[in-house]
Amino acid sequence: MIELGILQSIKMAIRSIKSNKLRAFLTMLGIIIGVSSVIVLISIARGSTANVTSQINNLGTNLLTVNTFGTDKVKLTDDTIEKFKKIQTIKAVSPAVSGRVTLKRDRTTAQVSLTGTTSDYQDVRNMKVAAGRFLSDLDVEYRQKIAVLGSTTAQTFFGWENPIGQHIQVDGTSFKIVGVLTSKGGSMGQSGDDVIILPLSTAQRVLKDTAIQTVYLQGKSGMNMDFVMAEVQMAMKRMFPNGTDEYSVFNQQDLMNTMSSVTNTMTMMLGGIAGISLLVGGIGIMNIMLVSVSERTKEIGIRKAIGAKRRHILLQFLIEAIVLSSLGGIIGILVGIGVGNILGKTMSLTVSYSSSVILMSFMFSLLVGIIFGVFPANKASKLNPIQALRFE
Amino acid sequence: MDHPIIEIKNITKTYRLGGEDVHALDDVSITIQKGEFIAIIGPSGSGKSTLMNMIGCLDQPDSGQYFLDGEEMVRMNDNGLASVRNKKIGFIFQNFNLLPKLTAWENVELPLVYSGLPTKERRKMAYDSLNKVGLGERANHLPTQLSGGQQQRVAIARALVGNPPILLADEPTGALDSKTSKEILDILRELNSQEHTIILITHDMEIAKNAGRMISIQDGKLIMDEGDRIGNSAINQNGHKEYQKQ
Ligand SMILES: Nc1ncnc2c1ncn2[C@@H]1O[C@H](COP(=O)(O)OP(=O)(O)O)[C@@H](O)[C@H]1O
Ligand SMILES: [Mg+2]
Repeated sequence: MIELGILQSIKMAIRSIKSNKLRAFLTMLGIIIGVSSVIVLISIARGSTANVTSQINNLGTNLLTVNTFGTDKVKLTDDTIEKFKKIQTIKAVSPAVSGRVTLKRDRTTAQVSLTGTTSDYQDVRNMKVAAGRFLSDLDVEYRQKIAVLGSTTAQTFFGWENPIGQHIQVDGTSFKIVGVLTSKGGSMGQSGDDVIILPLSTAQRVLKDTAIQTVYLQGKSGMNMDFVMAEVQMAMKRMFPNGTDEYSVFNQQDLMNTMSSVTNTMTMMLGGIAGISLLVGGIGIMNIMLVSVSERTKEIGIRKAIGAKRRHILLQFLIEAIVLSSLGGIIGILVGIGVGNILGKTMSLTVSYSSSVILMSFMFSLLVGIIFGVFPANKASKLNPIQALRFE
Repeated sequence: MDHPIIEIKNITKTYRLGGEDVHALDDVSITIQKGEFIAIIGPSGSGKSTLMNMIGCLDQPDSGQYFLDGEEMVRMNDNGLASVRNKKIGFIFQNFNLLPKLTAWENVELPLVYSGLPTKERRKMAYDSLNKVGLGERANHLPTQLSGGQQQRVAIARALVGNPPILLADEPTGALDSKTSKEILDILRELNSQEHTIILITHDMEIAKNAGRMISIQDGKLIMDEGDRIGNSAINQNGHKEYQKQ
């Protein structure tokens, strides 16, 4: 025996949904809100994760940082740098000194952070030059009084003028500007643009301090950074056997992992909350379907009288619930993408849609329809035809 | 005719209403042969509809036996009963009982949907059935766009569409004026002449006179079973011979 066509049932379901559009809409509302909030929340969470990841990558890829706490036991010297450079897995090494200095040009003065370093710093820290050039090895060797400005610094002192070739006073000494960096944007409390970069040797003079506090190391690409970090730690231990508490080695990857685990947790929590609202939507569907079953008792009786079996009635109401919930799911997806786009534009959030999240939330709404549709549909199918026919 | 189309033996059905037993059917036995036109007559509340529900396999008796077309119906499961209703019985109700959201055509088609016929065949059979009751041009009307008589004709077309041997009509003219009632009864007589067994339930003696045999019921008991004027020799199960005037 050929079964009652699914297509026929879907058509019937759509017709009965159409006959009461407002109620259908209210029924679907829970699902619409659930699905759209899943999509909006997860897309925003994903977007901000991607944002943070790219910001961290901006600080330098495969980056290790060795920091000393400025004690006598651990002194980073040219010798130390050379030792680092000999490690197989290290691609580039860049020592740095830092401090705060006062810049002055004409009547403008400002405090900025100074970094004294070498030419490798550009690669290691992922610096991009907007105009002019970066430091060269010769600048460092000959203690050139040249400077590279961060974009904010350049803006502060030169506005729309071209700073290249012009001079600026650094703690009273005049420096010639050779380059301006592109903006990196602030990240995690640090402004990367409010800086001035000098050759290492010159900076040591300006700061009146020759101690190198920081060395940036870049691992070769494709290297496991935990392994590179272990090698660096071993080298440090060998060089400073008594000073293991006087320095730290920091792996950029760790920060990344921490960040992504934080955002993953957030994504899951948001997804969970949105999932609960989907569940509530499902209960809404069940509620309305139960009302619909009791309203259509007579219809069920008629259908049974002319030969509908229990499974026909069950299927009819189940399909109606599924059509409702999946329609709600589709509308929810559209609303979610729409709201996501609007939020993205108005609040300048990065929104990243994922087809798997969209598919998942659709499947979930379908599932909700099935689960919460079964109970009313079963109730309908069990109705006694005589009682149903007597019903007025 | 080897066996009767309907054979009911000592059927009882009791409803409990507020602690009181209502004997809707009390030891009722009826035998109906293929092709008969029977009127079941009795006052309101006498158990006519209960009897029809029993014959129509919508309900099961508390005790007794029921053979439909030689097949035992008591203790048959829900699915089996649905199948029997679908293939052997066409219902015609007082208040038509059409589905309001479906067109005449779709209403008539519905029994065939449940018997699993392919769409094309269904459409044709439903249309033919509507033509038989003279409503071919109204196929795409909704029940609300039809008069009472037309709606009842759609209901008859629906009852007929699967060509069931038995048509059960429960007060089919109860909601219609006398002129339309006559039209509906004409259709039923015409169908009876085409070999359909027809069981007509009514409380109106004038209408009952259309039938070839009259069964009278009161307080759930059969009080008269008369193979009547047309000369139909019906078997009287209870031995009641008296003719009771309503
Ligand atoms: N489902 C039911 N529950 C309780 N009582 C019922 C039910 N169906 C019928 N009855 C009772 O059984 C008796 C016969 O009813 P019915 O067969 O509908 O009579 P008729 O169709 O002759 O008017 C009535 O007293 C009615 O109240
Ligand atoms: Mg009745």
